[in-house]
Amino acid sequence: MDFSFIVMQFLSGLMMATLLFLVASGLTLIFGVGNVFNFAHGSFYMIGAYLAYQTVSVWHTNFWLSVLVASLGAGVLGMLAEALFLRRIYGRADEGGFQILLTYSFILVIDDLVKLIWGTEYKSLARPSGFTGTVELFGLSIPAYNLAIIGIGIVVVIVAWFVLARTRSGRIARAAALDREMLGSLGINVPFTMTLVFGIATAMGGFAGALAAPLRSVSPGAGIEVIIDSLIVVVIGGMGNFWGAWLGALILGEVNSFAVATVPDWASLFNYLVMVLTLIFKPEGLFASRKIRRV
Amino acid sequence: MNQSSGAREIILLGLFLLVFGSVPFIKQSDYHLMLANHVLIWGMFAVAFNMLFGVTGMLSFGQALYYGLGAYSVGLVVKNYGSAMFLPALGLGLVLTIVISILVGLLVIRLSGVYFTVLTLAFGQLAWQITFRWYRFTGGDDGIQGIMPSGLLENHTVYYYFTLALVVVSIWFLWRVANSPMGLVLRCIRQNPERVRFLGRRVRRNQLRIYVISSFFAALAGGLMAGVTNSIHPDMFYWTSSGEVILMAVLGGIGQFFGPFIGATVIIVIQDVVGARTEYWSLIIGIIMMIMVLGMPKGLVGEIRGLMARYAAGKVNRG
Amino acid sequence: MEPVLELRNVTKSFGGLRVTADVSFSVAPGSISAIIGPNGAGKTTLFNQITGYLKPDGGKILFQGKDITNLSTREIVTLGMARAFQVTSFFPEETVLDNVRVACLSQMNKTRNLLKSVSVFNEATDQAFKILESIGLQNVADRAGFELAHGDQKLLDIGIALALQPKALLLDEPTSGMSPEERLLTRNLIKRLWKEFSLTLIFIEHDMDTVFGIAQTVRVLQMGRLLAEGSPEEIRRNPEVITAYLGEEVL
Ligand SMILES: Nc1ncnc2c1ncn2[C@@H]1O[C@H](COP(=O)(O)OP(=O)(O)O)[C@@H](O)[C@H]1O
Ligand SMILES: [Mg+2]
Repeated sequence: MDFSFIVMQFLSGLMMATLLFLVASGLTLIFGVGNVFNFAHGSFYMIGAYLAYQTVSVWHTNFWLSVLVASLGAGVLGMLAEALFLRRIYGRADEGGFQILLTYSFILVIDDLVKLIWGTEYKSLARPSGFTGTVELFGLSIPAYNLAIIGIGIVVVIVAWFVLARTRSGRIARAAALDREMLGSLGINVPFTMTLVFGIATAMGGFAGALAAPLRSVSPGAGIEVIIDSLIVVVIGGMGNFWGAWLGALILGEVNSFAVATVPDWASLFNYLVMVLTLIFKPEGLFASRKIRRV
Repeated sequence: MNQSSGAREIILLGLFLLVFGSVPFIKQSDYHLMLANHVLIWGMFAVAFNMLFGVTGMLSFGQALYYGLGAYSVGLVVKNYGSAMFLPALGLGLVLTIVISILVGLLVIRLSGVYFTVLTLAFGQLAWQITFRWYRFTGGDDGIQGIMPSGLLENHTVYYYFTLALVVVSIWFLWRVANSPMGLVLRCIRQNPERVRFLGRRVRRNQLRIYVISSFFAALAGGLMAGVTNSIHPDMFYWTSSGEVILMAVLGGIGQFFGPFIGATVIIVIQDVVGARTEYWSLIIGIIMMIMVLGMPKGLVGEIRGLMARYAAGKVNRG
Repeated sequence: MEPVLELRNVTKSFGGLRVTADVSFSVAPGSISAIIGPNGAGKTTLFNQITGYLKPDGGKILFQGKDITNLSTREIVTLGMARAFQVTSFFPEETVLDNVRVACLSQMNKTRNLLKSVSVFNEATDQAFKILESIGLQNVADRAGFELAHGDQKLLDIGIALALQPKALLLDEPTSGMSPEERLLTRNLIKRLWKEFSLTLIFIEHDMDTVFGIAQTVRVLQMGRLLAEGSPEEIRRNPEVITAYLGEEVL
């Protein structure tokens, strides 16, 4: 194993980690702030990918515009889903279970709606102009688009850090175990905030889906693969914890990248292996933001 | 599912046997027999699943792991050692399931609520991945065809009665569990696990017990199904199989012992009528799930019972 | 006589917050005593440590001479300690009878049985009815727990604890949220149960009539510290307690 191989795989792992982090942080945001588990989060990622495809390949506009369209589209759909459906089950006994069931129904419905609109065949998307080639770095040729994604990831982390650490809304989001009652007592319009946060979370999913579209082909059913990977990320990192999601994504991205390069057929099993090891040694996740009562 | 008078139990059992026992006599084709077989097997699977979800409050999204394990134990043994090994293979699948569900169970019950659901889903998908990728052993995407039960069981009607007998015994067993002291403790765990600790009971130990019991019957369902369809495929491990059994339970009613069986019946009938004509099956079940969660959280059986109770109360008031 | 329960220098902090500061006391067998103190004094946290729900950071807890500091809740309950909760804790969807019966079955070690119907365990059922009569809920035995009025739910919580046939019973604010009439009834009930079941009973309470009416010993907790311990008379006159907690009006 030579040095250039390691650097290449590391960078490719970093890129995967960035995408994973973008998806998982949306999942963890709505769970940490709103206490809602959105099983259909990966489906909003998929919607983002399809919207990007639609904007670029059908309407022939700029890729970066399509990223915006995808984020906004996924965000608006998320807000609608929250306001029309999810809201109705808040406060019910056994709400957690019903959240899973309801968002599971979103997965099923979104999967087929996507099939109805875009058909079942795989769609692919060209890389945006200016990012189709490679960049020479340490004497290695690295795909420019990969570097762009890593760069975007760094910007997102910095912005997120700023929002979380420096703003009022960030502090509210950071105070773990926020429940809706407590938000209410802080004089916050809870129903609107819930819808908004849900929308921001699904927009992050759509954003990641659009960015990933030129790298992976777009197809129905992508939602479930993505949600499982993000779930592994948050299980490793500790659910509801932003930095935990970052660390989890980094671990999973790197493990995956090196596994793909060395044992391609069995690479996906390594994700589960990492998860099982975490479970055995630190079941509450590496970064548990709140002590999970193990009942 | 609280108090049960022995008489009601026996009437129900009699009715059940009468309805399902008469299928071979009134069927118009072998297809109907197969349909009834599916209802029996999925019905049992759903009732067993509900011991975990509706009774104990553990929403597993990974029971397909054991369903697939039961099916593949039968499929692989029969493929490699012949039809004569059908019954031993079924037994092997059940033994394997006990071992694996204890190991996996010990890991997944360490967390509760959403985390438990997520972990069971991940383990189910892990099993699917392995089956899917390990082409040389499992046949990968192709699955395994030509799984014939041996001897008398080769006859479809005999196999149907064989299934009926096993399903009746299984449901009877689960009914006993639901009404036993352990069943009561399980219901209490769903409602207030902390208090159960203060009764001097081990919450996780009981959760593990019912996880193993429920998984055992999932594997039995898988093994029996292999003999009905004569072919198996990795999708039996896929998360949609877990989702389907959840839907059946929710549709019938998770607060009712027999609710999931009714749910399974309805789903299989809908699948039969509609499934052939549309490729948008997941849209249909997604909408059903949405309606149930938003409008009828008690399920068909639960809501009908509620209506009946209200009607009875109304009659008393008027009378 | 050997104390039933003994705390030796028990300490506990949540982050920087000291909720139990070097607390030591002994509880005589067969006694009835109260713990009082302002909200947030650490009373419930103390119960949580005694019942193994939280581990103390330091110190020792002995129950009937046995060190229980590191035992689990389950083990401590099995040794004969039971508890009712400040935030009423029971099984809302089960009937009142089954709420108590599950505790009886647990006490009789029958909960592993998975093939016999609950209803054939006559001994447990009889025992459950006996308890329901003691707490006056026999007429609502068939109702689901959530249907009861708040006061009755508090009694049900106590009934579940009693069904474990404990040697020591810990009650956390048994009369909170009750009307004055209910309070009076509950006060008399607690006293009666204490005698009828020969319990060592410790209760946390804010209602001073209840505290001074039935406790033999009163302990005052303030900011995690045991401020005072003594007979109701002594506590009533203790100047520190008056300034810290009771105020003038109790005199
Ligand atoms: N699990 C916990 N984590 C952190 N702080 C806690 C926890 N439980 C209680 N506290 C804090 O400890 C203090 C004492 O609480 P508690 O024992 O409930 O008081 P009391 O019962 O006397 O009213 C309070 O300030 C409370 O906020
Ligand atoms: Mg308290």
